[in-house]
Amino acid sequence: MRIFGLNWRIIRALLSSQYAHMLEYRAEIALWALSGVLPFIMLSLWSGSAARAELGLDGVALDRYFLSAFLVRQFSVVWVVYAFEEDALLGRLSPYLLQPLHPLWRYVAAHLGEQLTRLPFAALIAALFFLIQPQAFWVPSLGGLLLAWMATWMAFAIAFLLQSLIASLCFWSEKATALERLLFLPFLFFSGLLAPLTAFPPAVRAWVQWTPFPYLIDFPARVLSGDPVNLAGGFAAQLGWVLLLLPLVLLLWRAGVRRYSAMGA
Amino acid sequence: MGRYWRTLRRFWGTALATQLEYQANALIELLAVALSLGGSLLLLSLFFGPGRELGGWSWNQALMVQGFYTVFDGMSSAWLRPNLGSIVTHVREGTLDFVLLKPIDSQFWVSLRTFAPAGLSEVVLGLGLAGWGAHQSGVVFTPAVLVTVLVMLVVGGVILYSLWFLIAATSIWFVKTWNATEVLRALLASGRYPIEAYPAPLRLLFTLVLPVAFLTTVPAEVLLGRASLPLLALGIILAAGFFTAARGFWMFALRHYTSASS
Repeated sequence: MRIFGLNWRIIRALLSSQYAHMLEYRAEIALWALSGVLPFIMLSLWSGSAARAELGLDGVALDRYFLSAFLVRQFSVVWVVYAFEEDALLGRLSPYLLQPLHPLWRYVAAHLGEQLTRLPFAALIAALFFLIQPQAFWVPSLGGLLLAWMATWMAFAIAFLLQSLIASLCFWSEKATALERLLFLPFLFFSGLLAPLTAFPPAVRAWVQWTPFPYLIDFPARVLSGDPVNLAGGFAAQLGWVLLLLPLVLLLWRAGVRRYSAMGA
Repeated sequence: MGRYWRTLRRFWGTALATQLEYQANALIELLAVALSLGGSLLLLSLFFGPGRELGGWSWNQALMVQGFYTVFDGMSSAWLRPNLGSIVTHVREGTLDFVLLKPIDSQFWVSLRTFAPAGLSEVVLGLGLAGWGAHQSGVVFTPAVLVTVLVMLVVGGVILYSLWFLIAATSIWFVKTWNATEVLRALLASGRYPIEAYPAPLRLLFTLVLPVAFLTTVPAEVLLGRASLPLLALGIILAAGFFTAARGFWMFALRHYTSASS
């Protein structure tokens, strides 16, 4: 039986082949992991600043928040638009479209394989962080960890769908990656990667919570670091965004494939 | 020398002509620059409030630092990223052979071959922001101050180029670490804020090992009349040292270049 074109055999084959593929690129992935140090730079700024009092994150809570933000980011990085654009330009997409499997699944598997390759490097950076800041060390409860894991995966799903939406535009235009840049900027500033959302003025916060961005970093990071957070509201918002984006992506994809006429000779 | 100058004009003339073919992209770029600057200012404003400072810098003074950061960010997207980012492609595809065969210095060629005009808008915006912040902080623009700032900006530019080039040149050996410059870029983002806002160990790191301080904080301090002469001298020495290292490393790397096998 196949659900969404998938069964266990296909899932296993996709994941193991993509994981093996990603292991080949472990040096690159280690560097990508290292290039995610921005939350730590922001942490060092925030912890010494006078504005810190208004964040509502006292003592080690701030350290934990930014470490969690780093980890959530590590496991919700999405690059499907770049992979897809390359495949479309080089004509690799054509054989994928002929297979009885939605090509987006292949990219999902590639991302999961990359996350697994990233895991030891992210863990190493976290261990280094605890070595420098031993007082911030904490072990989340099993339940908390599971919730944080779920929230991170939901964040990954939203980010993946958002970027797939832009990637589908590749069928019409060659500017998809430029559009991705425009989407990345509000993500950078409003996701909680650089500043916890509590740092923003109430008016900005009220407006931002209607965008998907806070549910990509701030919400999962707070779940992971054990801050008091509205769990039901956060998960509901994440689910809402997935349910809103999924049909849009599928529709746009179907319309795009109908228009597709293969690149190259 | 004249030959190099003429070649450079040709290089950048053709780059400009190519870019004019893609006008919609330029518009998107401009929008991205505006959004990015707006977001950075919003983020910076979070650190300030009534009677609040960041590492002893007032809002207007911090604007100067942010402005100089924008200048260097624009310089990276206009010049460094398009050029140094393609070194690895030349190594991987073996086209570096053609560059080495040309009767012109290879470092000159790989460093200045192309140019992305969109980044210039960021440079202009950054200079404007720094000027505005300086004006609001009551800086008097005397010729001596302006010349010193210009010298320090050149020093910052040389340091940034040399660091970026050193990392990009390692792709002669390690093709797979082409994204190492992304790590550099992530660390450079620390230059958005005055160096005094960081804890002491990071301050040392950002002054001597990865001299981000000389890119943004020092030019702002020159404008404020707070920069000490030894610090300026240190900047010039570091810039000369990094540039010599970059040049030496390129020569060393080329001796190990074995071309791509097909």
